[in-house]
Amino acid sequence: MRPSETIPARPAPPSSGGLRAWVRRELFGSWVSALTTLALLGWALWALPGALDWLLWRAVWQADADACQAARGVGACWGVITEKHRLILLGRYPLEEQWRPVLATGLLLALVIASGVRLFWTRWLVLAWVLVWVVVFTLMGGGVLGLAEVPTERWGGLPLTLMLTTLSIVLACPLAVLLALGRRSRMPAIRTLCAGFIELVRGVPLISVLFMASFLFPLFLPVGATPDVLVRVLLGIALFAAAYLAETVRAGLQSVPQGQLEAANSIGLGWWQTQRLVVLPQALGAVVPGLMNSFISIFKDSSLITIVSLYELTGSLGLALSGDPEWRPFMVEGYLFITAIYFVVCAAMSRYSLWVEQRHARGLAR
Amino acid sequence: MVRFEQLNKWFGRDFHVLRDIDLDIARGERLVVCGPSGSGKSTLIRCINALEPFQEGRLTVNGVALAVEGREDLRAVQQVRRSVGMVFQQFNLFPHLSVLDNLTLAPRNVAKVPRAAAEAQALAQLERVHIADQAHKFPQQLSGGQQQRVAIARALCLAPQILLFDEPTSALDPEMVHEVLDVMVELAGQGITMVCVTHEMEFARSVADRVVFMDQGQIIEQAAPEAFFSNPQSERAQQFLDKLLGVRR
Repeated sequence: MRPSETIPARPAPPSSGGLRAWVRRELFGSWVSALTTLALLGWALWALPGALDWLLWRAVWQADADACQAARGVGACWGVITEKHRLILLGRYPLEEQWRPVLATGLLLALVIASGVRLFWTRWLVLAWVLVWVVVFTLMGGGVLGLAEVPTERWGGLPLTLMLTTLSIVLACPLAVLLALGRRSRMPAIRTLCAGFIELVRGVPLISVLFMASFLFPLFLPVGATPDVLVRVLLGIALFAAAYLAETVRAGLQSVPQGQLEAANSIGLGWWQTQRLVVLPQALGAVVPGLMNSFISIFKDSSLITIVSLYELTGSLGLALSGDPEWRPFMVEGYLFITAIYFVVCAAMSRYSLWVEQRHARGLAR
Repeated sequence: MVRFEQLNKWFGRDFHVLRDIDLDIARGERLVVCGPSGSGKSTLIRCINALEPFQEGRLTVNGVALAVEGREDLRAVQQVRRSVGMVFQQFNLFPHLSVLDNLTLAPRNVAKVPRAAAEAQALAQLERVHIADQAHKFPQQLSGGQQQRVAIARALCLAPQILLFDEPTSALDPEMVHEVLDVMVELAGQGITMVCVTHEMEFARSVADRVVFMDQGQIIEQAAPEAFFSNPQSERAQQFLDKLLGVRR
């Protein structure tokens, strides 16, 4: 056989067809898919006008309970939001002081968003975290600098949800890493302790943890020495989250090949250095989706603290509407409103997680 | 430099992987360890930097005694690892760090060298393995041969007195074997003590001061490379060489 000549590289052919070809291939590729497409299209055409009617065209926007009553069944009553948004968003926080939770929420959101940006990943960020939290608690609690004191049971709504979520995640993460490392430790006492804690906490519903934190725990302490209910609940959520996160982190630790540990040992790194510099960066990067999954859970589960009379976003919706016979019928609109808030936050979290994942994958990609 | 005295090691209860090992390695010596797979040669050199514990006998590395399993002294282990560098079959570079950061990790965190000095030194080591132009890439962006050379540079960064190679070319595509061997040959000329587990007989012949042949956890024979290759004393070494060279021809 003659040696063949070098074939010059050429670009791939353009992908076939435009929109029309795509539609034919993806939507009408077979009888089943054509029928499904038509059925879904029909359903959308049938349902959409009614939904839009109810949601927008015939909805009542002003805070007029009578108009809302009149429109019941045909149009949504967004007036309930116009009327009650302060109660829903801020709970029972005193009306004349409400600039404080609003400012605190803004600061907190800015802090969290800034923490997600690579540009800010410096030592200053740690300082910013400490500072912002001091300011947030001062703003919310008052009692100093001429701010009227507001007890924690009057805190509520979105600020409370955000505070609880961020703080419990921040507390839970280091604990989760320690638990995961401990569960893989060579020392039997530490291993048993960590595994025991994780299994115990995972075997208990969050509600009962909250009940214990709020009602049972004070019974074991001398009167007057009990920390604030918010602190107890916060620690409860943080410990609960830590147990779940620890298992995710452990999965990440297991994904790091033994050779990495050997290489770290061979260049003289100690145990803690090996974990911090070699194992954890790889382990945590590998389980970003799982971690974000847990974060989103924590965010939504924070609504359970209503049962111990702390009115975060979901709780304060109930508070705002169920006590008021005039507006009580429009719970659905209220729920749609907070659903939108939860959805925006959760969607932002998962988009961010995707970004981190891709960045991590780029670093490790061939 | 390294002295094994009646060293024994088991994996679990039943697998006697190293049996009555007696071995002296002199300062500056270049030793090649070979033998069929499963003969314990990798385990042997992994003992030298305490990656593997052993159950009986004595092992002294650069004047520091390593204790048997269960009585390890962390400080002794760290001291030994500071003077021993290791190159692995699978490179084991840190994938989340750039080449430069791979190299400066130990100097900065173990030897507490300031960043600028550590980077300058790392670049010098990369120069030594002819790969300084790749300093800012990530390991996965490099070919296997390049990765292994980075791994050699990383092992050199703490200025070790002993360098261990655990089948450094076995995971490489054939056309990359030579770029790694060339670097090893250059290092061999620079007075560093080298212990290599390898099947590269060419390399052994041209560089090694002594070849150690192992089988079933024992050192069967040791000799100068010329003598070993042309006139192996034991039947097992004879068979091993026949197979190895038969395949290579």
